[in-house]
Amino acid sequence: MSSSLELSELVEEATETPDGRRLGVLFWLCVGWLALNLLAAVLANVLPLENPLTQNYNAVNAGPSLHHLFGTDDLGRDIFSRVVFGSRVSIEAGLGSMVIGFGVGAPLGMLAAYRRGRFDQILTVVMYVVLAFPAIIATIAILSFWTPRTLLKIIVVIGVAAIPLVYRVIRTATLAVATQDFVVAARVQGASDTRILVRELLPNVAPIAVSFLLIGVATVVTLEGSLAFLGLSVAPPTPSWGNMINESRTILQLNPWLALFPAAAMCLFLLALNFIGDRLRTHFDVTEGKL
Amino acid sequence: MARYLARRVVTLVGIVIVISVGAFYLIHLLPGDPATVILGTGDSPQNRARLYAQLGLNRPVIEQYFVWIRNVLRGNLGTSFISQVPVWTTIRAALPIDLEMIVLSQILSFAVAIPLAMSSAKRPDSWLDRFLGAFSFTMLSIPAFILVVVLVLVVAIKLAIPHTGVSSYVPLTQDWVANLESMALPSVVLAIGSVTVYYRVLRSDLIATLQQEYITLARSKGISQRRILWRHALRPSSVALLGTAGVNIGGLLAGGFIVQYLLDIPGLGYTLVNSIGLSDYLVVQGIVLVVSVGVIVINFVFDFLITLVDPRIARE
Repeated sequence: MSSSLELSELVEEATETPDGRRLGVLFWLCVGWLALNLLAAVLANVLPLENPLTQNYNAVNAGPSLHHLFGTDDLGRDIFSRVVFGSRVSIEAGLGSMVIGFGVGAPLGMLAAYRRGRFDQILTVVMYVVLAFPAIIATIAILSFWTPRTLLKIIVVIGVAAIPLVYRVIRTATLAVATQDFVVAARVQGASDTRILVRELLPNVAPIAVSFLLIGVATVVTLEGSLAFLGLSVAPPTPSWGNMINESRTILQLNPWLALFPAAAMCLFLLALNFIGDRLRTHFDVTEGKL
Repeated sequence: MARYLARRVVTLVGIVIVISVGAFYLIHLLPGDPATVILGTGDSPQNRARLYAQLGLNRPVIEQYFVWIRNVLRGNLGTSFISQVPVWTTIRAALPIDLEMIVLSQILSFAVAIPLAMSSAKRPDSWLDRFLGAFSFTMLSIPAFILVVVLVLVVAIKLAIPHTGVSSYVPLTQDWVANLESMALPSVVLAIGSVTVYYRVLRSDLIATLQQEYITLARSKGISQRRILWRHALRPSSVALLGTAGVNIGGLLAGGFIVQYLLDIPGLGYTLVNSIGLSDYLVVQGIVLVVSVGVIVINFVFDFLITLVDPRIARE
């Protein structure tokens, strides 16, 4: 009896396609929130926002009002506008460094897992050794002595540090797929290496890559915030979430809004990224999905 | 087991050598003349001559490395050109603070995460499990620096609990009660990050373990739920937990700087940030080296602990 039950479960599972049905409302809420953030960051110049750098000494440390949705800071700058413009730094840092990390790490990881042999061995050892070096310390050390600091340098340093991590994740994910029958079948049919990599392996690795990418962006956004606290990120007066929270520390009791809004913006952004990443991972992970 | 350990030690030594090359080469990755970077604001003809003699800067890079590593192995990381204090002295003063912070936060984390994971795993999908899952997920998305700012506002300013605010660090040797008070806030912040991770890892492994047949057997023998969880299920479920803990603790050693910096706790992270501000290159290099090696050693220790929990891993 138990075996027939298992069989019916297996059939059910096999016929159930990942069509987004089980992703849930919260998942799509998070996607919507991210889209809204991205849109606001891209269109910040066009939107009817106050200039984030304009100081207004007639309205210093004002609470939220219709005129200043999130209030103003100690220099009378509009917090709402600064939160929107500040998101650009976080989003650029997160996406930019992941473009570098995935641009280099993902193709190498897929190739290594597909080719195996010498190429894989050497590359894996190199990446393993680089990974042993605490990336966060190296990042701080390099950024601190590589002056003048720009967002591009931050993106490059974090992006390069991310390469071995991406390599490892993508290699493991590809390995699991590369040995399966349909890949062998494709090869027997005479498909070229490029075709197998792009048409057979990539679609199977992509979900894991996307979920890891989102969690990676979240990690980099947090890291950029930490760097801002150390004065190692973009220099004021350019607004960034990290900069704003850092500046608010000294006048926290006087004007809590100044800390609250950028902190809330950052946490909600991170929460959405982590949630989508985690959902996608469990959604496409066959081993965990059965529990 | 002995062969496994020997192989791990060889790998460990190999990685430490590579890291030492990395820490040494850091200076050459930076643009500009190494001597100028190292001397920073302490650039004077006498210091320059002393530096050249000390590091052999006019010799080939490979020779420079051997000059440097020989000194390092003798415990000589150089003397800061800014503070005139040997780098090792600075590190030796700061390191125990990091260790205390990590130990406190980890005791706290395991004490909270293990019971929580058990109560979740006992009844997966119960309201408690769902609540803990959502809660841990939310906490996972709050950066440490935001937690510090909020906790300082609430605990130190609003509740006015002594020795919890910024710059209230008291050394352990001076007054241990006050020391514990001053370490409470940073330890809690680090623990919150750890608990969320440990809880999630242990919960999913416990659920898998509890479905094993020997657990059903134990249940049918009438062994209490508590005993099953602690004596039968915990050990086989803790392999991934220990692996995660190793990586996480290494991360705390490397990533605790932000908490120390914000609360003015003079550990390695705080010293690192200060030295960066002063462009005190030799101290930065020394801390990079010590922390990197520390992270590797911590990972090694936890890999060893894993083989104690599950000896099969060593035999593979």
